[in-house]
Amino acid sequence: MSETFTFTIDGVEVEGEPGQTILEAAQAAGIYIPRLCHKDGLEPWGGCRVCTVTVNGRSASACTQPAAAGITVENETDELVDMRRGIIEMLFVEGNHFCMFCEKSGNCELQALAYRLGIAAPRYEYLWPTRDVDASHPDVLLDRNRCILCARCVRTSRDLDGKQVFGFVGRGPGKKIAVNASARLSETGLDVTDEAVDACPVGAILRKREGYRIPVGLRRYDGTPIGSDIEKGASS
Amino acid sequence: MSTSAAKPRVATVSLAGCFGCHMSVLDIDERIFDLVDIIDFDRSPIVDFKDFTGRCAVGLVEGGCGNEENVEVLRSFRRNCDILISLGDCATMGGIPALRNLVPTEECLREAYLDGPSVHNPSGRLPNDIELPLLLDKVRPAHEVVRMDYFLPGCPPSADTIWAALTALLTDKPVQLPYELIKYD
Ligand code: SF4
Ligand code: SF4
Ligand code: FES
Repeated sequence: MSETFTFTIDGVEVEGEPGQTILEAAQAAGIYIPRLCHKDGLEPWGGCRVCTVTVNGRSASACTQPAAAGITVENETDELVDMRRGIIEMLFVEGNHFCMFCEKSGNCELQALAYRLGIAAPRYEYLWPTRDVDASHPDVLLDRNRCILCARCVRTSRDLDGKQVFGFVGRGPGKKIAVNASARLSETGLDVTDEAVDACPVGAILRKREGYRIPVGLRRYDGTPIGSDIEKGASS
Repeated sequence: MSTSAAKPRVATVSLAGCFGCHMSVLDIDERIFDLVDIIDFDRSPIVDFKDFTGRCAVGLVEGGCGNEENVEVLRSFRRNCDILISLGDCATMGGIPALRNLVPTEECLREAYLDGPSVHNPSGRLPNDIELPLLLDKVRPAHEVVRMDYFLPGCPPSADTIWAALTALLTDKPVQLPYELIKYD
């Protein structure tokens, strides 16, 4: 057993182990640091910045920053919470999110973070980008209108499924999720049982014929905010 | 049947919406009796007043702005109401009418009036009467047109959400809705 050490998050003393990120150490201690591109079991990506905390006063992404002895971490300050709100609001206006008919609604991590952070309406203007839908695969739908470019499908397909079905093309506002085929998802090696299908935090990758199966009121985030399982101490 | 001048007045309107949010207002059921004890409705389809009769404490706005008339009405709500509330997803983010934002306006009109599979339009003309409000290039949420004070998302927001927000506002309490009452669907 390697040497453990302590540090503080919002003034609370937390134990860390060498090799742990701040997010992992916090989670083991029952403290939820909001995250979107990070998923337990995947290589940290550090892309979305929702997990931004301050470490000894400087910003860092908790999903990539190693925990270390004696550091002072801030997580729930007004400033950080508002910055996280801003990021989530940007993700809403940069895509086309129609939650009222989205099959992921109630189980969506983006929506759940907006609920948890108390977002009523975004401060930014909606952009209404033109994005396409790939419905070619018999069992899986890819709707780029809802993609938040978190790379969870990319990492999962590469590292867990061993397939590299997904990747990114383009830069800046033109960046989009692409599939490893000349044209469409149906031409890739994607199977409906691939872990990548479940890795998407939003309704961009969906199993066909499963929508609206869970009644409103019983969906994952209908009654309890995202992160409350971690706060209850059910460490992963 | 007194029209006591002391009661705060509440106005409501449906802009680019489907009236579903107004249905949800009515869905407060018998609580509407408690409501009319403490407020008078002003301009609203609920009482069928077409114009403002006086200054309103609260304006409930269903729907965003899809045409120039919506913009004009929304601006008059801003002028006549102390507190304006975006009621529902269409007011908050454009909602279903905003699906047309993903298609150029001209293509949209062609599909609706010329090319759509169920269209019968032998004249081949697009509606272009002086009486018809012009379409905006895009459907805009209410807060992109005027300042909105509160947002009640939901498609529609539940009657409980509307009730909780309205009663808090009308009794000068902070609008703090529990987690279960804020939903985007
Ligand atoms: S992906 Fe999530 S945020 Fe986007 S429309 Fe679906 S439920 Fe709403
Ligand atoms: S498709 Fe889903 S998992 Fe993949 S990058 Fe987009 S949002 Fe992330
Ligand atoms: S969760 Fe850390 S950057 Fe996305």
